[in-house]
Amino acid sequence: MSIQEKQNFQAYQDSDSIKYPKNEKEVSSYIKKFYKSNITVELIGSGSKKKIGKPLQCGATLNLSKLNGIIEYLPEELYIKVKANTPMKQIEEELKKNKQQLAFEPIDFGYLLNGKSDCGTAAGQVSCNISGPRRFKVGSVRDHVLGFRGVNGKGEIIKSGGVVVKNVTGYDLSKLICGSYGTLVALTEITFKVLPAPEGSNTLIIHNQKIEKAVDFLDKAISSSNDVSGAIFLPKEPEAPGCVMNIEKTFKLNDLKHEGSLTAIRVEGSKNSINQRIKNLKSELKIINFNVSILESHQSEIFWNKVKNLEFFSFSKNSILRIVIPPSECVKIVYLFSNKYKYYLDWGGALIWIEAFELSEEMFESIRKKVVKVGGYVTMIKNSDYLPYVEEVFTINRDRFNISQNIKKSFDPKRILNPGKMHTGI
Amino acid sequence: MTKLAMPKIDRKLVSKKVEIVANLKKIVKAENVLDHEDQIRPFETDALSAYKQKPLLVVFPENTEEVSKILAYCNKEKIKVVPRGAGTGLSGGALPLADGLLLCLTKFNKIINIDYKNRCVVAQPGVTNLSITQAVEDRNFYYAPDPSSQIACSIGGNVAENSGGVHSLKYGTTTNNILGVEVVFMDGTISRLGGKTYDSEGYDLLGLITGSEGLLCVITEVTVKILKKPQAVKAALIGFPTIEDGGKCVSEIIASGIIPSGMEMMDKALIHATDDFVKAGYPRNAESMLIVELDGTEEEVEELIEKVSKIAGRNKSSSIKISKNEKQRLKFWAGRKAAFPACGDMAPDYYCMDGTIPRAKLAEVLKEIGRLSKKYNLPVANAFHAGDGNLHPLIMYDANEKNSLEKTEKFGADILKYCVKVGGVLTGEHGVGVEKRELMCEMFNNNDIQQQIKIKKALDASSLLNPGKVYPILRKCAEEGRVHVYTGKTKFPGIPRF
Repeated sequence: MSIQEKQNFQAYQDSDSIKYPKNEKEVSSYIKKFYKSNITVELIGSGSKKKIGKPLQCGATLNLSKLNGIIEYLPEELYIKVKANTPMKQIEEELKKNKQQLAFEPIDFGYLLNGKSDCGTAAGQVSCNISGPRRFKVGSVRDHVLGFRGVNGKGEIIKSGGVVVKNVTGYDLSKLICGSYGTLVALTEITFKVLPAPEGSNTLIIHNQKIEKAVDFLDKAISSSNDVSGAIFLPKEPEAPGCVMNIEKTFKLNDLKHEGSLTAIRVEGSKNSINQRIKNLKSELKIINFNVSILESHQSEIFWNKVKNLEFFSFSKNSILRIVIPPSECVKIVYLFSNKYKYYLDWGGALIWIEAFELSEEMFESIRKKVVKVGGYVTMIKNSDYLPYVEEVFTINRDRFNISQNIKKSFDPKRILNPGKMHTGI
Repeated sequence: MTKLAMPKIDRKLVSKKVEIVANLKKIVKAENVLDHEDQIRPFETDALSAYKQKPLLVVFPENTEEVSKILAYCNKEKIKVVPRGAGTGLSGGALPLADGLLLCLTKFNKIINIDYKNRCVVAQPGVTNLSITQAVEDRNFYYAPDPSSQIACSIGGNVAENSGGVHSLKYGTTTNNILGVEVVFMDGTISRLGGKTYDSEGYDLLGLITGSEGLLCVITEVTVKILKKPQAVKAALIGFPTIEDGGKCVSEIIASGIIPSGMEMMDKALIHATDDFVKAGYPRNAESMLIVELDGTEEEVEELIEKVSKIAGRNKSSSIKISKNEKQRLKFWAGRKAAFPACGDMAPDYYCMDGTIPRAKLAEVLKEIGRLSKKYNLPVANAFHAGDGNLHPLIMYDANEKNSLEKTEKFGADILKYCVKVGGVLTGEHGVGVEKRELMCEMFNNNDIQQQIKIKKALDASSLLNPGKVYPILRKCAEEGRVHVYTGKTKFPGIPRF
């Protein structure tokens, strides 16, 4: 273990430097102290997504896990207000009791990052702003945060937004907080918009298609009026060396045949509506004579849960990349690496997940260059032993960097909150 | 006109007008700079016509480079800039400044790219909201946010104000329906935020500038998401014997797991006013009325209509009508959309508020509005986007009566304060602008406001872009005005308003 790694190791740090504030006031007074004495601080919830982003070396750690619990849940008002570090599992279970849900499909990164389920906390979901397969239909985490309270880098308690969906009072800071990886505020309270959970879902699977045809199907399905809420392509797995992503092993479902690639389209709603839409899709996509399977509600739910939680990658020791692009560019991008790495397409081709064996930093940057050229971005979600560190985990250009630096300063003038988590200098 | 405090006028700068005009004419075509009093008078107000102020001069840039050069020049010379789209805003967000340049983006009027593969449209900011839908409707696509002024309001203005519409419960407001923008910051930097992808990495600057009311940057291009039109749309017109019953019905519809594409409520005063105005066939004996619009597949809509009818029945509905065809559905809406002009028929002047409240508080808030109406001795009619909790009380008054405007403003401020008290917000879709500026302290404390001002300074160090809007500039939060229609004259009488 290198000295640097040792220093990063939690137990190595002086235990006095880990603080466990019990409430917002304590968070504020700790940060005020850190601000005064120029001590940088790492913000931790449950730590489930700690591996995403650049490693931190801070003078102190604020473990915010004691700020948990549901503050107010009004199903008929379609919102839930929680203390920021309430476990996602608890929130989702509470919503389920009223047949409601967080429509952005919170991803359980536990499988990918730690080999077992761990959905983390509300603050973690908000700070990463990475959404599940329903994204193209309902929006992402940032579209479901109605308001928040938190403590900025000077220790001041601030709030923005409210509990209602229609609100244009002041700047929409909730958006800014989403995807900020704890670099702007220590979140203390979050209000989510909730929606009724669909009665059920069905998944139409078209077997053994090439990527071009599959993407065409996904595009037509999303562009139809059938209210599609999931659209993925799982290619026939190439003989990529060293990759473990195994579609067949991940999806052991009674009604799912494994004959080449899978093009999967989900519709959700009431039974009648689902049946009608599946029928429409079959005729609009002209696949009456194709090799198709239909997953009924129960199996459909299992299927999409596994997709959402990236279970294909559970045992991977390789680099995991997330590429977001305009869907029209996806085939071109896939051809850059399809014979080398394993991948699958989500969001109808607007999102590519890649498992890359022995990925070098040069190769990573070369993929990034091509992705940026078509208007997209790449994130290194998980490092490998082969490439344990990359200089730029996230994609940013000079312009945005400058603006972001100014925004950071306005919340955290001494740059003490998770400094460098996203970019060196922010 | 009520007196409105604005940032101190820089007299020295005003005296340099000739020089400024000459310099601007080096950046844009000479005919695109207006400086004669007669030329600039039409720009002295936006749709909040109670407030008027002639700008120092008006400039019409034709491309992003010109915007960039103008802003860089103004930044250097410390000249204030007020951006303006179509000028249909209801909160005075585009009210000019006597020592400021009014930057009109009306020449940015082209749709640049229709991209069905990526389900988006790239448009210049001066393009009207409705024309985006019109550009793609031959292939059955549409742009979801539909503010009532959509025939006139510009997409750039929609982004600046985060405009809503009647379908925002199901389809979201502007912020949920755009993918990217090109903007110019006050120092002249041109930036692209977002693009044709979902989300972007790093701070969500697109989310930040949406609804920032022209205080952070000037929008020069917008990429919006387009959606396929639903297969079927139907509306139900439901009457109730009391406001409470209507309110309960709204809550029960939502609690049952139905998300209507639109859900509108009106009180008796407005039912009568609008029915007189457009003969929409509304239930005139009802105390409150709901329009519930449902969309989806044919079967789904039938199923939902049945569920809604049952819920209405359980909540003592006195009448229910289901639209039989598209013509009838539009007729149901016609009355609702005529709410503003219908009120104009009842009183010489009216004044529209725009608070949002938790849906369940409707009956309580309406009761309080009724009490205040008696206290101030001013009649009021209520329109309510029940789906998303956005309330629009229309206060009727006669400006010729002494002190009536002041009284109306006080009444309005009391309503908004009550909205905040029950857990709601000051403005749902009209924006803060100049009119609700001083009420911000009702919702935010000093820390909250200072944080927002710091963000403003981070992007516009000298506070030159649209100063005097959104944040209180009086030392103490005072009671000021909201949407006025002054002496019976609406700025754009032909545009439907909610």
